[in-house]
Amino acid sequence: MRVTFTVNGREQSADDVWEGESLLYVLRERLGLPGSKNACEQGECGSCTVRLDGLPVCACLVAAGQVEGREVVTVEGLAEHARERAAGCATGACGTGLDEARKWAARPSDGAAGGDLAPIQQAFIDAGAVQCGFCTPGLLVAADELLERNPEPSDADIREALSGNLCRCTGYEKILDAVRLAAARTGEAV
Amino acid sequence: MDHAPTRAMSAPAGTPVGLSQGSHTRGGVGESTLRPDGTLKVTGEFAYASDLWHEDMLWGCTLRSPHAHAEIRSIDVSEALAQPGVHAVLTYDDLPCEVRHYGLEIQDTPALAQGRVRYHGEPVALVAADHPETARRAAAKIRVDYAELPVVTDEASATAEDAPLLHPGREDHHAGHVPHPNIVHRQPIIRGDVAAARERADVIVTGEYEVGMQDQAFLGPESGLAVPAEDGGVDLYIATQWLHSDLRQIAPVLGLPEEKVRMTLSGVGGAFGGREDLSMQIHACLLALRTGRPVKMVYNRFESFFGHVHRHPAKLHYEHGATRDGKITHMACRIVLDGGAYASSSPAVVGNASSLSAGPYVIDNVDIEAIALYTNNPPCGAMRGFGAVQACFAYEAQMDRLAAELDMDPVEFRQLNAMSQGAVMPTGQEVDAPAPVAELLRRVKAMPMPPEKQWEAAGEAVDVRELPGGLSNTTHGEGVVRGVGYAVGIKNVGFSEGFDDYSTARVRLEVVGGEPVAVVHTAMAEVGQGGITVHAQIARTELGVARVIIDPADTRVGSAGSTSASRQTYVTGGAVKHTCEAVREKVLELGRARFGTYHPAWATAELLLEGGKVVTDGGEVLADLAEVLQDEAVDIEREWRHRPTVAFDRHTGQGDGHVQYSFAAHRAVVEVDTELGMVKVIELACAQDVGKAVNPLSVAGQIQGGTTQGLGLALMEEIVVDPETAKVRNPSFTDYLIPTILDTPSIPVDVLELADEHAPYGLRGVGEAPTLSSTPAVVAAIRQATGLALNRVPVRPEHLTGT
Amino acid sequence: MDFLRPASWEEALAAKAEHPTAVPIAGGTDVMVEINFDHRRPEYLLDLNRIGELSEWEVGADGGTVRLGASVSYTRIMEQLRDRLPGLALAAHTVGSPQIRNRGSVGGNLGAASPAGDAHPALLSAGAEVEVESVRGTRLIPVEEFYTGVKRNALQPDELIRRVHIKTADGPQQFSKVGTRNAMVIAVCAFGLALHPRTRTVKTGIGSAAPTPVRAAVAEDFLNAALDEGGFWDSGKRITPSIAQKFAELCSAACNPIDDVRGSAKYRRHAVGIMARRTLGWAWESYRDGGTSKGEAQCA
Repeated sequence: MRVTFTVNGREQSADDVWEGESLLYVLRERLGLPGSKNACEQGECGSCTVRLDGLPVCACLVAAGQVEGREVVTVEGLAEHARERAAGCATGACGTGLDEARKWAARPSDGAAGGDLAPIQQAFIDAGAVQCGFCTPGLLVAADELLERNPEPSDADIREALSGNLCRCTGYEKILDAVRLAAARTGEAV
Repeated sequence: MDHAPTRAMSAPAGTPVGLSQGSHTRGGVGESTLRPDGTLKVTGEFAYASDLWHEDMLWGCTLRSPHAHAEIRSIDVSEALAQPGVHAVLTYDDLPCEVRHYGLEIQDTPALAQGRVRYHGEPVALVAADHPETARRAAAKIRVDYAELPVVTDEASATAEDAPLLHPGREDHHAGHVPHPNIVHRQPIIRGDVAAARERADVIVTGEYEVGMQDQAFLGPESGLAVPAEDGGVDLYIATQWLHSDLRQIAPVLGLPEEKVRMTLSGVGGAFGGREDLSMQIHACLLALRTGRPVKMVYNRFESFFGHVHRHPAKLHYEHGATRDGKITHMACRIVLDGGAYASSSPAVVGNASSLSAGPYVIDNVDIEAIALYTNNPPCGAMRGFGAVQACFAYEAQMDRLAAELDMDPVEFRQLNAMSQGAVMPTGQEVDAPAPVAELLRRVKAMPMPPEKQWEAAGEAVDVRELPGGLSNTTHGEGVVRGVGYAVGIKNVGFSEGFDDYSTARVRLEVVGGEPVAVVHTAMAEVGQGGITVHAQIARTELGVARVIIDPADTRVGSAGSTSASRQTYVTGGAVKHTCEAVREKVLELGRARFGTYHPAWATAELLLEGGKVVTDGGEVLADLAEVLQDEAVDIEREWRHRPTVAFDRHTGQGDGHVQYSFAAHRAVVEVDTELGMVKVIELACAQDVGKAVNPLSVAGQIQGGTTQGLGLALMEEIVVDPETAKVRNPSFTDYLIPTILDTPSIPVDVLELADEHAPYGLRGVGEAPTLSSTPAVVAAIRQATGLALNRVPVRPEHLTGT
Repeated sequence: MDFLRPASWEEALAAKAEHPTAVPIAGGTDVMVEINFDHRRPEYLLDLNRIGELSEWEVGADGGTVRLGASVSYTRIMEQLRDRLPGLALAAHTVGSPQIRNRGSVGGNLGAASPAGDAHPALLSAGAEVEVESVRGTRLIPVEEFYTGVKRNALQPDELIRRVHIKTADGPQQFSKVGTRNAMVIAVCAFGLALHPRTRTVKTGIGSAAPTPVRAAVAEDFLNAALDEGGFWDSGKRITPSIAQKFAELCSAACNPIDDVRGSAKYRRHAVGIMARRTLGWAWESYRDGGTSKGEAQCA
């Protein structure tokens, strides 16, 4: 079957989709967006977390046919999503975001793309929240959504919001640091 | 796949590229520089093995045995092969040459089952098809006629007189020295006089302990892409811990010379020991060579539980004696590790378990025996901590019991018996580097205690998130008791027992765009630990350049050894340092040739490379690197070895078998709902000596990650194998539970840096030690809260409630 | 496999009538796991996501009932129905993870009819009826009668779950669940309890401790009689430890659990007793305080 939906602000179609395929498979294998990860395929790890019409969901548990006509944001679109939000519009209709909101991205040349990252992405790098990185995309999507809802989360709020995302490398401490850091930097920038 | 986006035709999409890391700071050894792969990893662009894609690629699928032990009477693949979209179906009979087995140390593992399956989930047949669902449906149509055989699942059944032999006619080098052919390896260690010491002991404590089968549960499942090459060889893009070890095992089974199997490391989603053995490497290559098409294999989580070895479950018997004044007189122990159906790294795990079984204590009289069994249980091998984890759980429980018998404080009792530099191990090896065991305990004990009853802190309403059970709302404080426990452990670093443990690095220094650039090429598997970050730091420190490029790891450069045994920063880091030094010498030679006549310091002073310049040790600038190098590149590949070790004596276990030791101590604070048996770990503090924190941020990350895996083993992680059928009962993330962020407490870390003069920069491998002491500390804390003996991990609610 | 995408409830009923083997999929949190792991290959998947009314809830005319669309997510139950359905809101908060709660729904729990479904004890204790419909007509099935066996329910092959009618709380409600982890955990066992001051009754629900979710009927009868005889409803005095203990024992006795990889039968019985005693205590304290239970001990 054919499935057409909006991914990271662009309409995309996939053809010959097997009816049992998940949104995750379509993103990874048909649309060239392998950023969402396939760690458990049973909703128990959060590595495939994407936004579906704004809500964080496990892409492995959404049947491909269910996303017809809907809007998906993946880790690949997170920076753009954050820019638009910073510009006062998270709907995708507002064009390029404001540079003022990204003053935190001042750390030079530790990565290839430097200033094009969302605050939460830069904070994950800076806080040492990335090791193997397989959980990272899902955690970023979940954490970004938390900060969108709640710009000043308590530690308990962070833990609850990220309780659907397993990480095997870090023991979560640096992930907590990263979310705190992103919240603090975004707070300063506003 | 018609509408997949167009990507390069020649190479698979998602092959690794060089990672570039410049720095405006010095960014050298000792700084918390950031990961060079960080940006790729946070944008989703970093290509893990499961992300690879190739024009025309097929999907491979494995048919696995539903039985733990069975004879294969026949296999009929005709129906599977006839399915539309299926390109190949392979069984043992399709293996291309005489070599059909592989293994890390003992080549006892068939590439595909030959007439018999020995464990639940053993690979029996392979399918390649144009869609994973097609491959799965075809695999389901392969008819295998099994005749089930009786299983052996523990020491009694495996060593019974009439026990079926897992591997009849063994010819491996341990076979002649074991008491039963179902024992892979046995290592005794005898030192001093236990019988005499026992007479002197005022108290004797004995205990039986048990450790369940833990899984590495790395998040990125096994995967890889094999691309057939025009020369009849194959290019394999793979997530592994050790490219060259894979290569040595793969090539003979494919019937190819090693140079025709070219391996490149893909993104690795964690490892923790679980990628030291082969999984789908040979299978993907076989399918690719058979079909002439690229073949991708990606395990799902269910298959992953069958696709790699686990931590050895263990039964441990311990006896300790002590005098009334608190000195340990002796220790006798017997450690039985279940290696499962194939050897994997069982012999080395036995070596570790036995040689580290006394813990970081001075014990002059020991009588130690460790064995690993062959059974029909899932194969077990490497996992972070490697034999030392099991022993640490038992000896630390013994320490608490001895202290209780003597009415002493458990920390003070440990400190009284703690080893220090110069101590002698049970193997007779002298510990010739700092061993600050008592100090680590002091530090972890001195940390401030977390406040009591934090669930009340928020105000009037109870915050259940701070209580055992959390959001499940099982208690509002009823039945909740706090406990505090301590533990300390000892882990060896690097490969032991005479293994030629070396690494190779190639370093190239040249001028690009007027700026000196160092390119570091090793075959080290970056599995998340941050080895590439460290390599860039070492190159900066040694060569004084800002810009370092890390080339992708592959088999075009010599072996880097395994990313395991806490060894990579030591050994491959050492190789990078060593090679950089050679590059520096070469650069200085060039400089002398070019400019030596202009300044006498070229001949007389000790020269350094700093800030892109050649400087004297007094700081005088002699030349820019760019001027020295001009358009010449200095390009050197070198091997580097740590100090040699020797094998343990087969009868006495004596010998300088280890390279280095590392130490960590934990304090666990828990709150236990004693009525429901639910545990919340409130804090898990760690103090560890790392010799030199080459990258302090990464060191903390290793300590916190290792600590959390130890917490998992203490409270929830176990692969449950049915003792009757030897079948795995919980191969999923629904029933194999690893800690979530709500289960993981704050983990304050106190890092000591006491240099080991034998190691590069004085560093000490950090990855494993925190995994050891975390588990016993948590259990000690639960014991203190409940008064229960708790001799088995993971501790279940049933154990805490007597149900 | 075919993927059916009805745009309205009527179309969905027609599709289900035409293809009775079709497997309804809404949040996908159960069905997709089975498909991903090759446990199930239905001929038809019947997507309910496009039927907006299934994601809505409303209060019945008399105010005594919440009519909860089958697909209303657990997240929205937590956020929007904490006052009206405190027990279910507490249960919703223990479901899986935030991602799962954004997709999972009570309709899914009922359709799967796993004894471990988190919503069941809350539905049983609050009192609920399941509104099922086919092209043949509508049925209202008391939730107690809806569960017919392990992962079996009273649905006919052509029927779909439209709504669940849940009695609006008239008193404090509680829910507890035991799992071996603090998030993303399937219940080892669970317990729901609701005080109904209007009828002066207490109702219970037990999850994961019998082939189906069950009420502890004998325990309820004992407690109702004891509260009545002791005049507890009027006096609002503390329930005596002996009554609470007897109630807990009877709740344990209502279990018929199995040993499995998640827990032993003995532990499940034990834990249900503890949860029964504690939830009764919490709910009764709240009743004494005069609240209609906002589910104390909830968090932000």
